[in-house]
Amino acid sequence: MAYSDKVLDHYNNPRNVGSLDKKDPSVGTGLVGAPECGDVMKLQIKVNADTGIIEDAKFKTFGCGSAIASSSLATEMLKGKTVEEALAIKNTELVNELSLPPVKIHCSVLAEDAIKAAIQDYKAKAETPAPAATA
Amino acid sequence: MLKFPIYLDNHATTPMDPRVFEAMKPFFIEHFGNAASRNHAFGWEAEEAVEKARKQLAELVGATAKEIVFTSGATESNNLALKGVAEMYAQKGNHIITAATEHKAVLDTCKRLEKHGCKVTYLPVRPDGLIDLDLLKDAFTDQTILVSIMYGNNEIGTIQPIREIGAMCRERGVLLHTDATQAVGKIPVNVLADNIDLMSFTGHKMYGPKGVGALYVRRKNPRVQLTAQLDGGGHERGMRSGTLNVPGIVGFGAAAALAQAEMEADMTKARALRDRLQKAIEAELDEVYINGTMEHRLPHNLNISFAYVEGESLLMGINDIAVSSGSACTSATLEPSYVLKALGAGDDLAHSSIRFGIGRFTTEEEIDYTAAKMIDVVKKLRELSPLYEMVKEGIDLTKVEWAAH
Repeated sequence: MAYSDKVLDHYNNPRNVGSLDKKDPSVGTGLVGAPECGDVMKLQIKVNADTGIIEDAKFKTFGCGSAIASSSLATEMLKGKTVEEALAIKNTELVNELSLPPVKIHCSVLAEDAIKAAIQDYKAKAETPAPAATA
Repeated sequence: MLKFPIYLDNHATTPMDPRVFEAMKPFFIEHFGNAASRNHAFGWEAEEAVEKARKQLAELVGATAKEIVFTSGATESNNLALKGVAEMYAQKGNHIITAATEHKAVLDTCKRLEKHGCKVTYLPVRPDGLIDLDLLKDAFTDQTILVSIMYGNNEIGTIQPIREIGAMCRERGVLLHTDATQAVGKIPVNVLADNIDLMSFTGHKMYGPKGVGALYVRRKNPRVQLTAQLDGGGHERGMRSGTLNVPGIVGFGAAAALAQAEMEADMTKARALRDRLQKAIEAELDEVYINGTMEHRLPHNLNISFAYVEGESLLMGINDIAVSSGSACTSATLEPSYVLKALGAGDDLAHSSIRFGIGRFTTEEEIDYTAAKMIDVVKKLRELSPLYEMVKEGIDLTKVEWAAH
């Protein structure tokens, strides 16, 4: 199978690889997929509580080149967006940008799921106050 | 000097040996005759060339020339053996025993036969890839007419105990067919010593041309009969009609003669290169798993799972090396390798597997380059892998509630 130049670029130079502190209340973590299905994505966002803007995004992905490219591109798109804007990101944007073939659409769906899961995790944390330090 | 891409997919096909090509050349334009033309020199020349090749093949596998039936390849040979026996021996019984790790040419033929009233037992394999002879013993019924077990596996290179299986079949008056596509020409195979009644093999896996294969059909003790699956001129003792592919057959014969003469050297070299590759990889990477037994294995095969790294992304990183992966993403069905699944390795390891197939023309330099590249890319992808990170944090991946999709 031939890969698009953009997929190859993200595979060879993945953007924003890494991890943020899961316990930080300003960080939301999404972990989607399953090893037996051949792809797992971990996507994290760091949100400025005052502005609601996503200041940082990181990912790690176990999966094919298209899955790596989808999550790499997703982190690029997230940075600078508000949480609400991020929720509006659709997998089709990833498909178009990366020229994914039909057989790889599920990679973009997984990346969209990862974004939503990370935001959900962030919101859940914001609603429940951080546990008080035990004496 | 290294030439790219490096070819390490010799289970898919082998490059043709230039000596084979030389042998074939005169049979395209100069000696173009039909081997079935009995009344002129063109036909006689072609027939003589075909009979020479038949003898070369027979000698390689311990058969007699009359027991070799030419086909278009191993897929056709497998089809002819299974369907031909099922039809010919229908009065005697309708039960066939095979294994879960067979090639699709056997498995799908069995599935079709099931639609036509045959009963098929698909034996599981042990985690090392070999079948359990006790399970085979229990699988025989008074209706069993045929056992079909492959000699060497095309993905994991495991060599089944064909001699023992053959003896068990012989005791019970059941025929044994073996798909020996990956074994013939690579390791010693002898139809008499191994108690084989029918055997499929092909030219292009042994440095010969594509489009030509053979089915060994035993003529004595017992005399095996087949119902032909192609109707026509009654070539090949009535078992396979169709004008013979003379240049292909000549090449197949030449390849067999070379394989026989050079087998020891080929095996020694392949084994040394295979072991070199394995050692280099294992010295640098943790959590790599060899799929299938190393003890009973084709010397040119290595199949490794690189845990926490997905196979297709690995292939992308080593795009100057031609290998194949059991990953779902590299298959049309999006299912990971059924052979690896049959070992019970878990789908995640099947997704992470790479098959290396070493050949007659593989060099030490190529192996060293491949090992270094594999190590480099696996390390890079593990940096990217959330699974590797979780494991390093001490998380048991089997206890995580994954959202399967």
